[in-house]
Amino acid sequence: MEQDRKAGKVIVVTSGKGGVGKTTSAAAIGAALAQRGHKTVVIDFDVGLRNLDMIMGVERRVVFDFINVIQGDAKLSQALIRDKRIETLSVLPTSQTRDKDALTKEGVESVLSELRESFDYIICDSPAGIERGAQLAMHFADEAVVVTNPEVSSVRDSDRVLGLLQAKTDRAEKGEAVKAQVLLTRHDQARIDTGEMMTVEDVLEILAVPLLGIVPESKAVLRASNLGMPVVLDEPSAASRAYEAAAARLDGEDLEVRLESDRPRGFMQRLFGRTA
Amino acid sequence: MRFGFPRWTRKQDPSARAAKERLQVLLAHERAGGPGPDVFPELQRDILAVIKRHMKIDDDAVDIQMERGEGQSSLEINIELPAARG
Repeated sequence: MEQDRKAGKVIVVTSGKGGVGKTTSAAAIGAALAQRGHKTVVIDFDVGLRNLDMIMGVERRVVFDFINVIQGDAKLSQALIRDKRIETLSVLPTSQTRDKDALTKEGVESVLSELRESFDYIICDSPAGIERGAQLAMHFADEAVVVTNPEVSSVRDSDRVLGLLQAKTDRAEKGEAVKAQVLLTRHDQARIDTGEMMTVEDVLEILAVPLLGIVPESKAVLRASNLGMPVVLDEPSAASRAYEAAAARLDGEDLEVRLESDRPRGFMQRLFGRTA
Repeated sequence: MRFGFPRWTRKQDPSARAAKERLQVLLAHERAGGPGPDVFPELQRDILAVIKRHMKIDDDAVDIQMERGEGQSSLEINIELPAARG
């Protein structure tokens, strides 16, 4: 991988609605891209409610943060925390004590352009909502991963966010598009089969954007957050396979979206060759 | 196979125990007020100022690492000194 001439790509992980799996997804996708050999940094934009550090297991090592860098109190290199498991992975934590006004558009822009010089992928973990913090997280993005649950309020909020991505971002202001894809999380095939949950097709029909991946509801996600381990670094699971595939697609691989499962395929399913 | 025992006798998933321990350590630091948001930038400035009184060093020659532990925390300060000329 030639790193000198290439400018890194900025990808925002966003959703509007809270609790749908943004931070889990940002950590997992970041770690999966790093495992593929790309220099990757994941940035926490949720000023005042930092959590990416816990999900990535670096919470005991935070000294300087994103806000210290923006305010000129620390160098970017001092605030970046190198992951101890994957050499190519770093975390830029946010401040736990300041408020969202500490983020400025100019500050975010200068940090991101400095990161673009030395990283291949810059993953911005957006706060929930569509206010200032969320808008700054998406503002300089080249691509967006819109994390959505197959549930009415999440799909509605995703639609709002998709609108903002194409109207209020730097690319939009320059007349360019932000490439946006949906990552469907907490997918539960059993509840889809009983008609309780909207299908992937239902959600895609409504949002009308491409599908980046389907992450099934999986015990592995809670386990990984308990351990402070991005889910792809923990033992293999349906969720880890789904995130690895999503990262491969972001990385330009042409992979078909599959529905992963933690359960071994049953006799009837094998008999009839059902895959999803 | 386990039967006849009420739920609460079941062992907690080890990952849940890890979660509780991590939270206890982290929240103990946060609730204690911990170092405020300006402590590290100020500490860094002070260290630089003291050393600069005695030798010439770069503004970004100080690297501060921290590891918050259960019983104790450690602060590691590395200062890069200029190479001897000659």
